[in-house]
Amino acid sequence: MMGSDNEGFEEAHLYASKEEMENLVIDNPLNDSNSYSNYRSALSSAISDTSHPLAPSILVTPADSDPILSPPPYRDHLYHNSPTESSYFEPPPFGDNVGDVNGVENHSLNLDNFGRFSRSASWSTSSSTDSEYVKITVSNPLKEQEASNSIVPGGGTYVTYLITTRTNVPEFGGVEFSVRRRFRDVVTLSDRLAESYRGLFIPPRPDKSVVESQVMHKQEFVELRRVALEKYLRRLAAHPVIKRSDELKVFLQVQGKLPLATTTDVASRMLDGAVKLPKQLLGESSVVVAPHEVVQPAKGGRDLLRLFKELKQSVANDWGGSRPLVVEEDKEFIERKEKINDLEQQLSNVSKQAESLVKAQQDMGDTMAELGLAFIKLTKFENEEAVFNSQKARAHDMKGFATAAVKASRFYRELNAQTVEHLDTIHEYLGLMLVVHSAFSDRSSALLTVQTLLSELSSLESRAEKLEATSSKVFGPGKSRNRKIEDLKETIRATEDAKNIAIREYQRIKENNRSELERLDKEREADLLNMLKGFVHNQVGYMEKIANVWTKVVEETSYYAKENS
Amino acid sequence: MIATQRSVSGSSQSPRSPSSQPYLSVSVTDPVKLGNGVQAYISYRVITKTNLPEYQGPEKIVIRRYSDFVWLRDRLFEKYKGIFIPPLPEKSAVEKFRFSAEFIEMRRQALDIFVNRIASHHELQQSEDLRTFLQADEEDVQSKVSDVVLGKEKPVEESNPEYEKLKHYIFELENHLAEAQKHAYRLVKRHRELGQSLSDFGKAVKLLGACEGNSLGKAFSELGTKSETLSVKLQKEAHQLLMNFEEPLKDYVRAVQSIKATIAERANAFRRQCELAETTKLKEINLNKLTLMRSDKVGEAEIEYQELKAESEEATRMFEMIVRLMNEEIVRFQEQKTLDMGIAFHEFAKGQARLANGIANAWRSLIPKLEACSSSS
Repeated sequence: MMGSDNEGFEEAHLYASKEEMENLVIDNPLNDSNSYSNYRSALSSAISDTSHPLAPSILVTPADSDPILSPPPYRDHLYHNSPTESSYFEPPPFGDNVGDVNGVENHSLNLDNFGRFSRSASWSTSSSTDSEYVKITVSNPLKEQEASNSIVPGGGTYVTYLITTRTNVPEFGGVEFSVRRRFRDVVTLSDRLAESYRGLFIPPRPDKSVVESQVMHKQEFVELRRVALEKYLRRLAAHPVIKRSDELKVFLQVQGKLPLATTTDVASRMLDGAVKLPKQLLGESSVVVAPHEVVQPAKGGRDLLRLFKELKQSVANDWGGSRPLVVEEDKEFIERKEKINDLEQQLSNVSKQAESLVKAQQDMGDTMAELGLAFIKLTKFENEEAVFNSQKARAHDMKGFATAAVKASRFYRELNAQTVEHLDTIHEYLGLMLVVHSAFSDRSSALLTVQTLLSELSSLESRAEKLEATSSKVFGPGKSRNRKIEDLKETIRATEDAKNIAIREYQRIKENNRSELERLDKEREADLLNMLKGFVHNQVGYMEKIANVWTKVVEETSYYAKENS
Repeated sequence: MIATQRSVSGSSQSPRSPSSQPYLSVSVTDPVKLGNGVQAYISYRVITKTNLPEYQGPEKIVIRRYSDFVWLRDRLFEKYKGIFIPPLPEKSAVEKFRFSAEFIEMRRQALDIFVNRIASHHELQQSEDLRTFLQADEEDVQSKVSDVVLGKEKPVEESNPEYEKLKHYIFELENHLAEAQKHAYRLVKRHRELGQSLSDFGKAVKLLGACEGNSLGKAFSELGTKSETLSVKLQKEAHQLLMNFEEPLKDYVRAVQSIKATIAERANAFRRQCELAETTKLKEINLNKLTLMRSDKVGEAEIEYQELKAESEEATRMFEMIVRLMNEEIVRFQEQKTLDMGIAFHEFAKGQARLANGIANAWRSLIPKLEACSSSS
């Protein structure tokens, strides 16, 4: 089974796939910005070359083909109307042993079983109908020493996690393989994905939680993080586009150092921006946005001049008299955005009420238990002190009552534990809303880039016109004027190219948004319906059990009712 | 209305001739708020139906207030030492609560039970004070609030192991019962809270359903409606719990407190008996001395001695009567409480089963609708 043991693992497979991975990766070393841009364009061309990643075959399937919803257990329950001890209602076998950092047991099995029993959130489990699957497990955290680091004397330690993948997807070139990664690598993966797949609803990565890592007990923190990482990677593998991304493949398969540009590499380009700007202003270096840069939004330190231009454009959009040349005109999108906002609000509201419902159920169980306990004490007391038969009879009645109360309280608590898990779907979708907003903002920043380039183009063109017009009047060496016109025409051509790429990018993101929204709607409908079913079945099952417990007491005390009729 | 299940008498029930059964039935009804502001109080109609000769006519209605009931209880307590006087519901400490519908109804019920217990107690029902309470017109009844003074110093105590056991039992019992009652009350609150949160949840879910639209939206809407329905069931059950379980437990606690008061009375009686016995003995010794001395004070001393002896004998009789009555009462008390608790458990279980089944049925009815949703999408 899954876990730290790598049985059935063949070196040959890994070696072969490693080769492929390395071919994918750039030829040039990663430590200068040029190679970075080559890498980026190589990647984007790779993406556009393959069949459109959003082809229908990869879209999520409707819920009723999901194997989890069709098993007999709870259907039998419905038809036979007997509270069977189906696994559907039993609390999940949660293992909670937080072991030593260097030898933590693999809990992911339990987590997965649990997920399957209570719900099948399409976002956390792979949901394709065909038999392809990608199953990821995170385990075996180990403390490692930082390699001798000139910046940090004495060396720091960090934790690595074993990430095991089991898959039958051919593109991976292997059936089972493992790598060791640290959290920093995950951040890198997440950042690179965000850049490559603008407009998609990419599952959010776990937080850095700097404070928590200091405050919490180390073992607890590591375990929490392990769980979070596993959840994150599984979600990535469940996303129809991301699961096929090179970034993910590389992350899951390439041994040793993660061959993705780290965020610090990218950040070092911050210096570029500060260096570039004065040159750009003085006209010494190109002010045109390079095509490969256009596919990314303007970032802080890096593209100061571009940032200024786009800022100016957005102000012009808001306050300027003239309408920008391209606007968000997709009415359907605007409507859907509204709907998403509304949905978010309602989800938040339900989430809040769900929390207080859960608390009320918990309190009910607790108080019922306390009542039962108080009567157990009374029973003991009466039995010890009994002088009369009436006392013994009363002690007997109390015992029956107390036992029932304690049983009922247990059922309430079990019911509640399951309710928490079912209603968790709401919280998950709330989290997803943030991702959606981020995807929408990818779209708006791409649009802004287009608008900026368009207006720049138009101003360049009018400048060119003016230059040509004044040609006859200028007294000076014709050569320099012509050169100026030539330079300007060159700039216009470059800007035209950039504009086209920017428009293409914008269209691409728009399409991503659209298809993701569709996918979201479908999956959300399935997940929420599942949640409702789970919730309702759960309530029915446990309430029947509780009713049985009390019906027994009614029968046992029916003597008293007759006495009084 | 008479809550007959609580006024079943104890073991000693005099056999009745079927033809002209003597009966005395009382009901406390129609609470009405009278007076203004701080002086405001609740008055009750006390309706007596009887064929006993001591009473005026087959039916009599009088108006009484809480302090009148207190007067009756105090009078009975004075006169019938050794008997466990049925307990009264407490005065309410909290002003605001005093006139809430629930409190008034609870109190009315408790007062009704109180009077009926007295009326069905073979000794207490013959009390003249009871007759006064049930019959006398308003102007004649004096409302006296007399506090029972519990003896503070206990220099002399009975050395009766069985009685010690009983005392220990009673004091411990009160603690256990108070705790059980506390949790019972909390449980009532929990039902209300769960009901409230289900109602809020239902509303929120309905709004989400409106936002979603299509079949999922309908499913949410139905869920929300069911939630609100269940909220009502929970509130109802909370009320039932309060009336049929928490209140009997409180009543049990009060009964135990009443017994504690009787225990104090017995201690007083015992002390008095001992003191008088002591004093009488001394007087006897003194008398003998005087007789030997052939004093002319002998006559006087003789008279004093005789008087004291009579008092001492009276005190002893009184004490012995209290002991005898207490023993009878204890049996009755235990049997009564087994019955009361049996009923309380029965009602509790009935309510809980009814609630759980109601909840299960409500949710179950949603299942086909949810199934329909998934097959249509």
